[in-house]
Amino acid sequence: MPSKKKEVLLRIEDLRIEGFSNETWIEIVHGVNLTLHRGEVLGLIGESGAGKSTIGLAAMGFARDGCRISGGSVEFDGMELTTTPQSALRALRGSRIAYVAQSAAASFNPAHKIIDQHTEAPLHYRIKKRLEAQEDAMELYERLRLPNPGEIGFRYPHQVSGGQLQRAMTAMAMACRPDLIIFDEPTTALDVTTQIEVLAAIRDIVEQFDTAAIYITHDLAVVAQMADKIKVLLKGHEVEEAATESMLDSPKEDYTKSLWAVRSFRREQKSPPGDDAVPVISVQGIDAAYGDAKVLEDVSFAVHAGMTVAVVGESGSGKSTAARCITGLLPPLTGQILFNGTPLPPRYRDRTKEQLRQAQMIYQMADTALNPKVRISDIIGRPAEFYGGLKGAKLKNRVDELLDLIELEPSKFYHRYPPELSGGQKQRIGIARALAAEPAFIICDEVTSALDQLVAEGILKLLDRLQDELNLAYMFITHDLATVRAIADHVVVMQKGRVVEQGPKTEMFTPPHHPYTDLLLSSVPEMDPNWLTTLLEERGVDNIGEAAKV
Amino acid sequence: MSPVIIIVLKRLGLGLLTLFAISILIFFAVEMLPGDIAQAVLGQGATEENLAALREKLGLDQPAPVRYLQWLSGALVGDFGTSLVSGERVSEAISGRFTNTLFLAAYAAVIAVPVAIILGIIVALLRETLFDRVSNILALTAISSPEFFLGYILILVFAVNMGAFPAIARLSGDLSFLELLHRTFLPALTMVLVVVAHMMRMTRAAIINLLASPYIEMARLKGAPPWKVIVHHALPNAWAPIINVVALNLAYLVTGVVLVEVVFVYPGIGQLLVDAVSKRDFPIVQACCLIFAATFILLNLAADVGAILTNPRLRHPK
Repeated sequence: MPSKKKEVLLRIEDLRIEGFSNETWIEIVHGVNLTLHRGEVLGLIGESGAGKSTIGLAAMGFARDGCRISGGSVEFDGMELTTTPQSALRALRGSRIAYVAQSAAASFNPAHKIIDQHTEAPLHYRIKKRLEAQEDAMELYERLRLPNPGEIGFRYPHQVSGGQLQRAMTAMAMACRPDLIIFDEPTTALDVTTQIEVLAAIRDIVEQFDTAAIYITHDLAVVAQMADKIKVLLKGHEVEEAATESMLDSPKEDYTKSLWAVRSFRREQKSPPGDDAVPVISVQGIDAAYGDAKVLEDVSFAVHAGMTVAVVGESGSGKSTAARCITGLLPPLTGQILFNGTPLPPRYRDRTKEQLRQAQMIYQMADTALNPKVRISDIIGRPAEFYGGLKGAKLKNRVDELLDLIELEPSKFYHRYPPELSGGQKQRIGIARALAAEPAFIICDEVTSALDQLVAEGILKLLDRLQDELNLAYMFITHDLATVRAIADHVVVMQKGRVVEQGPKTEMFTPPHHPYTDLLLSSVPEMDPNWLTTLLEERGVDNIGEAAKV
Repeated sequence: MSPVIIIVLKRLGLGLLTLFAISILIFFAVEMLPGDIAQAVLGQGATEENLAALREKLGLDQPAPVRYLQWLSGALVGDFGTSLVSGERVSEAISGRFTNTLFLAAYAAVIAVPVAIILGIIVALLRETLFDRVSNILALTAISSPEFFLGYILILVFAVNMGAFPAIARLSGDLSFLELLHRTFLPALTMVLVVVAHMMRMTRAAIINLLASPYIEMARLKGAPPWKVIVHHALPNAWAPIINVVALNLAYLVTGVVLVEVVFVYPGIGQLLVDAVSKRDFPIVQACCLIFAATFILLNLAADVGAILTNPRLRHPK
């Protein structure tokens, strides 16, 4: 695959990009170099803020509003994009360079049919007539193994699932058979099982048409499957670049090594509680529904003090609904929830303040879960005041104590507002807010999935330490099995509103598994660059779509 | 039944309920007008007997709820009673006037709505340019000037100085349609100026609001030219707020034109209402208010339906 004999398609030299903030232009990409040959796939990897997307868009001569290319050169097939007028740049976009966005659901226009959006570029460039373009679209849909390729394009985006939309978007990028496609985190928003289908589809089609690609992601294991070579970025600087295999085997820079090492955090499984131990929370045979749609069926599990129960499953499997039942936001139809052996009223309104205090939540999006107009001191102080009745100096001491507990300097953070904090810091504030009520049980709903791996690991370590210090029981909702491996004691696997399998972590990660657990486990990308190929061969390449739906 | 029809029927039912609530408000608001109706109609020289006779004739000796029910049952079949001043049937007194008002509103709307939306699209396309700023200033000027002031300015320019259009829009005898349009041009133009600005600003805002969406960026990255990004990708998703503000302004064209009608001496329903209030002709006042309320409700209903019909999620359920 590495094709040194092929001609250079894209050459970026000393690229500098500035962003406008606080009334001045600040450099956010500091001189990045990049060379891409025809048919070659380059993986761009780094944490958020590394400038991956910005560089990817710059390869199309595009800068988002509030950004500008301030220096260096972007040479695409002999054409200098930084000095090319807008109209000529537009003529390249969609025809010779195409873009696949992170969220297909948000990037398809809700007002038009999928196929009309697909044929827009070929019609605009007068490459094909409408019918030809539609036929070509259907052929691409078939190659990307979309169900009903002849019909699916005539649906509106909201009528198609996320994984299918992501493949339709890849098909759309292929519409004019471009020389280069920029994939901007195309599978980040997908479940692991869906991710495999999309990864395989992208890899196949890029190979079939010998398209060059820049594959942007923060997931090393994913990029290992896709890229011929990998470039690591940090805060707009290049860290290092190497062919995929040598990069995985022998990273040179410390930062790259630290990225590779992230997945090593693993806590020992605690010994299971005795049979007579009373769980903090016991969910017993609950059914729940939204309106007429049944979403939970006969779900039972227990969470013991000082232990972590990880609830895993794809989106729509009922993980978060189970949490809503426990907190009383969604009263179950049947079954009951016990706290330390006593049943809790199904509705939160009927629960006492003491019962409410005992179960707290930490949310996925710390951004939206914290009121941006309220000071940190008030965000954390409010539950301490509400449940603990603390006031004045005592309240301030408690808030300081909580900030210490989450490893944030009280004097620095006490008076600040959420928008001034980084993602990881915000999530820590979310944790402190939950702790302020002094609960026995905390529901962590995908708390690390919006965070970069290094930051996420910090949060996991913090949660782990707090559990040991305060003997907390955690219900950890996640779709990320690496996280489960890291911190769970007991694992509950859910699918379509049912618990398909549960048991201690060590058992769950050792075969034999329930087929669905097996599918979930085997779908988690591994660092081995041949992992996807091997897996597809095992599952039978021609029916990966089917394999993921077992 | 399709979900769209169910939603529309629900809205229609709610609209009728609202109209009913408003009819109660109108009736009792008119009841609360200060002074005695019989006294106002007969004037200072009336004797006690005359007053009592008139009260009985009008049914004023009966309790208010009974009179409300009588009025409502009449109104349901289009009978709003008779005018206290002229003795004419209210429905007849109103129908001609209301047709005139609707004509003027339609005249203004036919000009204002397309102009506002097209201008809104253009300023969205040329946002942050000189053209955008100038139209912004002109729009705000038009919004903030009272319509009688705009009306007099137009009369000064077009009627007095240029002599191109008549200053008074009195309708008489048989005018041809073209003559009618010519004669009522100035009042229509005044109303256009008042409503265009609001709709244009809203169109601009609704479109610009969407420009940060990922699908707009996608359209740009597919090489779509700026006009296509706005017209083909942003506008279809911006209809709901635009339709709402258009409906609001159409309602204003029907119900808010009193001053324009007075300035141009146009025989519309607004003038009739003003006259009726000053003469305590309460059956006419009530009927006018009820018609205004119904207009508002109908147009808002139409806006809701329009917003639903432009939403693909509702038009094409999963």
